[in-house]
Amino acid sequence: MARVTRRATSRKPSAKAQATKPLQPPASAYFIEERHDAIESHTLSVVVDNAPGVLARVVGLFSGRGYNIDSLTVSETEHAKHLSRITIKTTGTRMIIGQIRNQLERLVPVRSVKDLTVEGWPLERELVLIKVSSTGRTRFEALQLAEAFKAEVVVATTEHFIFQMASRPDKIDQFVAVMTPLGLVELCRTGVAAIGRGAEGMSAGAK
Amino acid sequence: MNKHGQQMTGAEMVVQALIDQRVKHLFGYPGGAVLPIYDEIIQQESIEHILVRHEQGAGHAAEGYARSTGRPGVALVTSGPGATNMVTPLTDALMDSIPIVCLTGQVPTHLIGNDAFQECDTIGITRPATKHSWLVRDVNDLARTIHEAFYVATHGRPGPVLVDIPKDVQFATGTYVGPAASKPKAYRPRVDGDPRAIRAAVELIAKAKRPIFYTGGGIINAGPRASKLLRELVEMTGYPITSTLTGLGAYPGTDRQWLGMLGMHGTFEANNAMHDCDVMICIGARFDDRITGRTDAFSPKSKKIHIDIDPSSINKNIHVDIPIIGDASRVLEAMIAAWKQSRAKVDRAALKSWWTQIDKWRARKCLAYRPNNDVIMPQYALERLYVATKDKDVYITTEVGQHQMWAAQFYKFEQPNRWMTSGGLGTMGYGLPAAVGVQAAHRKSLVIDIAGDASVLMTMQEMSTAIQHDLPIKIFILNNQYMGMVRQWQQLLHGNRLSHSYTHSLPDFVKLAEAYGAVGIRCDKPHQLDDAIEEMIRVRQPVIFDCRVAALANCFPMIPSGKAHNDMLLGADVPEIEIEDAIGDEGKVLV
Repeated sequence: MARVTRRATSRKPSAKAQATKPLQPPASAYFIEERHDAIESHTLSVVVDNAPGVLARVVGLFSGRGYNIDSLTVSETEHAKHLSRITIKTTGTRMIIGQIRNQLERLVPVRSVKDLTVEGWPLERELVLIKVSSTGRTRFEALQLAEAFKAEVVVATTEHFIFQMASRPDKIDQFVAVMTPLGLVELCRTGVAAIGRGAEGMSAGAK
Repeated sequence: MNKHGQQMTGAEMVVQALIDQRVKHLFGYPGGAVLPIYDEIIQQESIEHILVRHEQGAGHAAEGYARSTGRPGVALVTSGPGATNMVTPLTDALMDSIPIVCLTGQVPTHLIGNDAFQECDTIGITRPATKHSWLVRDVNDLARTIHEAFYVATHGRPGPVLVDIPKDVQFATGTYVGPAASKPKAYRPRVDGDPRAIRAAVELIAKAKRPIFYTGGGIINAGPRASKLLRELVEMTGYPITSTLTGLGAYPGTDRQWLGMLGMHGTFEANNAMHDCDVMICIGARFDDRITGRTDAFSPKSKKIHIDIDPSSINKNIHVDIPIIGDASRVLEAMIAAWKQSRAKVDRAALKSWWTQIDKWRARKCLAYRPNNDVIMPQYALERLYVATKDKDVYITTEVGQHQMWAAQFYKFEQPNRWMTSGGLGTMGYGLPAAVGVQAAHRKSLVIDIAGDASVLMTMQEMSTAIQHDLPIKIFILNNQYMGMVRQWQQLLHGNRLSHSYTHSLPDFVKLAEAYGAVGIRCDKPHQLDDAIEEMIRVRQPVIFDCRVAALANCFPMIPSGKAHNDMLLGADVPEIEIEDAIGDEGKVLV
C-alpha cells in the first residue's frame, strides 16, 4: 500500500511547512481488530409467529448486521397456532454464529431458535427441479443418470425432460453438475429444510 | 373506570389505551393522518399534549421524559414526513435502550401501497430503528396492540416501539380491551440470573486482587433500586467503580470509590484500572468500541463477569468468563445475598495495594487544564455550573461533542435518572428537545441542557415549544464557534485541515433567545461567570446562555484510535505538535 511519508525532519514545522505538508492517508475513529477464526457453516431452525413482516425482520437482521444467508426456507408449519418455521443456512465464525442466534432470539415475534449443527448432524433435504433439453445419445445418458441419482421424471416430451429430486444439498449439487453438459436449460431449488435427528422436537413456547 | 369491552372508535381507543397505561404527557405534532386522534385529545384532560416544532423534537422529548422518569415516553406524529422525521430519535432510543412508544398515523388501509399523499412505508423504514413495530389493520386489534407495545418497550432490554395506525382504523368502531387482557403471548425475557453463575461470580469477586466494577446505562434502565443495590455491593466490597457515559449517576460521582467515567475520554485512573485489573465486574454495559479502545489489548489480564439482560450483548465484542443473563437489580440482589450467605471476605492486603496504585494514577490529575483569567475555559465553565447547581433539584441533558464529554467529566451526578445524553447514536440536537421532555415531567426542577453552539442549532426550534408550554429550560451553550469534536479529530487525524468545522455566521444567541420570547444571557469573562449563572438559575423562563469559551480547547484525556487503555493522551502536558502526532500511521489507516 502506498502510504504517504509523514514529515520526518523537524518536530517543529514552520507555518510554511504546515501549509505544504503532504496529505495523510484516510483515517478513522474506529478500531477494527483483524480476526482469523475459522469460518463454519451452520443450519438454524427458527420458530416464529406467522405475522406480517416477520420474514422481513429476519432477513433485515442478516443484511443489516452483515451476516450471510446461504439458504433460507420458510413456511407455516402449525396452522392453528400461526407458527412458521424458518430454516437458515449461514456461514461465519463461531462468535458470529452465536451472535446470529442471539440476535434472532431478540426479535419479538421469534419464539425459539435452534442451532441444528451444534445439536448434531441435522437431517437436511432440498428439492430441485431441473429442465434438460437434448436429443439422441445425450438424452439417453441424462435419463440414465437421473435414474442413478433417484431423480423422478415429472415432465417428458421428445425435446426435454423435467426431473425432480429431493435429496441432500451436496447430492443435488452433484446431480446439477452431471446434468450441465447434458443439456441443462434451467433449474430451481427450494432451499434447505432441516430437522434435528433426535426424538425430541423444538419448543415453540414463550421465551 | 374500566372501559374494557366497550365499543368505541379507534381514535378513542388510542386515548383510552394511553390513559390506561398511565400516560400523563404526550409529545406530538398533528397532521392529516392523525387528525381523528387529535380530535379526541382536545376533548380530554387526563393527558397533557406538548406541541413540538419538528417531529424529531417529539422523539427526543419522549426520550428525555423516559430517562428522567423511568416511564416510557410517548410521541404521536402523522404519516409520511411525520414518521420519517422520527427515525433519528427512534434509532437513538434503540442504541441507548430507552423505552419510547411512537404512534404514527398512516393513510387509509385501501390506499396503502398506492403512493398516496403523505404515505411512506413507516414499518419498513423504522424496522431496524425499533425494538418492534406493528401496523394495525383492524380496529379490534388496536387497543391490544398499543398495550402490547407498552409491554415490549418496557420489558427485557427497553427500547423504542412503533404502532402505525391507518386513518380509517381511527374512524372505525370496535371493542376496546384493557391492558390486563393484552399481554403478548411469546415475549417473556429472562430476568433472573442463573444461580450457579451468580455463585461462581461471587467466588471470583471475593478472590480478586485488583478488581473493578464497570457499569453502564443498564443499571439506570433497571430502575432506582438497581442503583441502590449497586451502591450496597460496591460498599460491601470496597472495590473501585467506573461507568460508561450513559451509566453516570448510578453511583455517586463524589464518592471515594468512584474513578470517574471510562473510555475514549474517560479518566486516566479508570482506564488504567480497567487495563490492569484481574477481575472485571461489568453490569449493564456492552463493551462498546468507545469503551474498549483496541479490543486485542483490552484488559488482557482479567477474568470478566458480564451481567446483561440481553444475551446478544454477551461475547459480542469481548469474550467474558462468567456471563449472567438477567435484570440488573434482580441479579445484584441475588449477588448480595450470595455474598452474605457465603460470608465472603475480600483480600484486604491486595485491595490496599490496588488502591495505592489507583491513587498514583489519580495523582496525575488527568482532568487538569490550564486556567485562564481572560477567557473562559470550557472546563472552568462546567466546574462553576456544577458548583452553582449541585445542591439543587437538577437534571442535565447534553448535545453531542466536546461539551458533552466535558460535562461527563466535570459534572458529578449523585443520583440516577438525572443525566440525559445521546450515547450510542451520538445525536447532535438531542439535548434541547430532551430538556423539554424532562421539564414537562419535572415542572419545578432545574433542567439544564449543556450544549455546543453547533449541536444546539440542529433543534433550536424547540425553544418555541418551551415558551408555549411554559417549560423554563436552561440552554447553557459552550460557544467556541467550532464543531469542537470534529475539529479535534481533524487536528488529530487529518493534518489540522479544519474542513468546514468552523461556523462563520453563528446567530446572536441572546437576540435569538429574545426572538423566541426567552431570556438571553451572554458571558465571556471568567470573573463574571458565577453571577451570570446565578441569573440563569434565578430566571423562571427559558434561558439561552451564550457562554463564550476558549475557541481552541480540546477534550482530554483521550484514548486515540488504535491505542489501548493504558496508552492515553493527557491534556495539560500535550503541546500542539504532539496532538497532531498522537495517532501513529497504523492507527490512521484503520478503517
